[in-house]
Amino acid sequence: MEKGFRKTKSGRQIPEGEVITLDHVTKSYSSGAPALNDVTLHIKKGEFVFIVGDSGSGKSTLIKLLLRELVPTNGEITVLGYNLNKIKHSKIPKFRRNLGIVFQDFRLLKDRNVYENVAFAQRIVQTSTREIKRNVPSILATVNLAGKYKSKINQLSGGEQQRVALARALINKPTILLADEPTGNLDPNNSWEIMKLMEKINESGTTVIVVTHNREIVNAMKKRVITMKKGVIIEDEEEGTYIDED
Amino acid sequence: MRINSFFYTIGQGFKNLGRNKWYTLASIATIGACLFLFGLVFSIINNIQYFVHTAEEGVSVTVFFNEGVNEDQILAVKSDLEKRPEVREINYIDPEAAWEDFKKDYIGEYTDGFTENPLADSASLEIYLNDVSMQAALVTYIESLDVVRTVNRSEITADTLSGLNKLMAYVSMGIIVILLLVSIFLISNTVTMGIAVRKDEINIMKYIGATDFFVRAPFVVEGIIIGIIGSLIPLLILYYVYGSAIDYVHTQFAMLSNILPFLPVEQIYNELVPISMAIGIGIGFLGSFTTVRKHLHV
Repeated sequence: MEKGFRKTKSGRQIPEGEVITLDHVTKSYSSGAPALNDVTLHIKKGEFVFIVGDSGSGKSTLIKLLLRELVPTNGEITVLGYNLNKIKHSKIPKFRRNLGIVFQDFRLLKDRNVYENVAFAQRIVQTSTREIKRNVPSILATVNLAGKYKSKINQLSGGEQQRVALARALINKPTILLADEPTGNLDPNNSWEIMKLMEKINESGTTVIVVTHNREIVNAMKKRVITMKKGVIIEDEEEGTYIDED
Repeated sequence: MRINSFFYTIGQGFKNLGRNKWYTLASIATIGACLFLFGLVFSIINNIQYFVHTAEEGVSVTVFFNEGVNEDQILAVKSDLEKRPEVREINYIDPEAAWEDFKKDYIGEYTDGFTENPLADSASLEIYLNDVSMQAALVTYIESLDVVRTVNRSEITADTLSGLNKLMAYVSMGIIVILLLVSIFLISNTVTMGIAVRKDEINIMKYIGATDFFVRAPFVVEGIIIGIIGSLIPLLILYYVYGSAIDYVHTQFAMLSNILPFLPVEQIYNELVPISMAIGIGIGFLGSFTTVRKHLHV
């Protein structure tokens, strides 16, 4: 094997330290132009990446492909050594346990309190009750919600709800954190608080990928920025900025 | 699966009942209403069949023999006939016993004029059938025997009863099938709506990395519990209603109680309880299992 490369579970060679590889990926739906058109992308372990672009640029499709909610029409996607084109349905849960996911609309279980929402993620990976009791307060402290573990979701502000979602995404110690418009429903203060938490998480070694429209945050944070337009990557730069398309 | 995960999924099934109160109530009410109707129809049909069956048991064929045929020959015919599957019971009516009965019933003390038994040649066999529809075939066979003088039977009763029995079997099958189909349709709709409301919850579970089993198990437990409660409630109500109805008929229409025997509730429930429980649990299980499956491909 070539130096600096490693073999994936399906036998492909990918660069050492690369956690996400998209190789000429196209995703077409039944009608219209492809949502993603011949996209090639490499993301290394520990990177912090912003994906920006207008509506219809293919960002959401990219996230769905990375979650293996969708399968590419052409090309190949490898995430953490899993070939997502070939992964069996029964293996998808195991694959997803390596990912933490945060959505714009939080997607919390409104009939459960903060503690239960976070513990829920640990239940799914069959963590013992004793460990859950130890881990949940600790992760809630990380997102500054230790005092609100008994609160119902509808008693929390948007920022607090997003922090619960973040705690839920992080409790299983994911290798990659995927955030789809995490600040889309938040005011600037809360948005900054969430982004700082993500930066902190990234510093501890987690790869963070954030899809966003928030120009101010993207420009201030000086991270890698991938800009998409009409299904293709038009710009990919380290310490990039939000490009005005007009 | 870890033991605590097992108990967790069972626990979640129970908790879901409280979390989705209206869905739970709607499902229990739908299953309960369907199974109540089912139980009601089941009880009525069983009772009608019981009336018919009781009436059938009373239908007999009486065989009289030629002059000079002795008791041994008659008993030989009796044991021959007893081997036939449609025959339930045969009573040999001894001429002496017949005369004694006749004297007791009709003549009383005025028997002085009779020096001999006028019924000496009236030894007969009284045959009761398992299945009245076989009466005609049996009578034809008996009439073909040399020793037989005449065969008395009630053609109309037998035909009516066997026709009624057949009709009841078709009608009851039809009603029960229609009721079951309507129940399945109504219940699966309720289950579908209840689970569609929680599509987001299923999606979240799948995104976090829950296996299909882990997602499905609490819903299935919930469906089974709803099925159990939904079948127990109508059974309890029907138990009370059935008992009250029988009491009412017996007190208000006392003369009917001899003509129309009712099946004891215990006898109905021996069959109705397992059938209702199986339908309730089966629909709860299948409804939740299949509906969740639609949402699992995330």
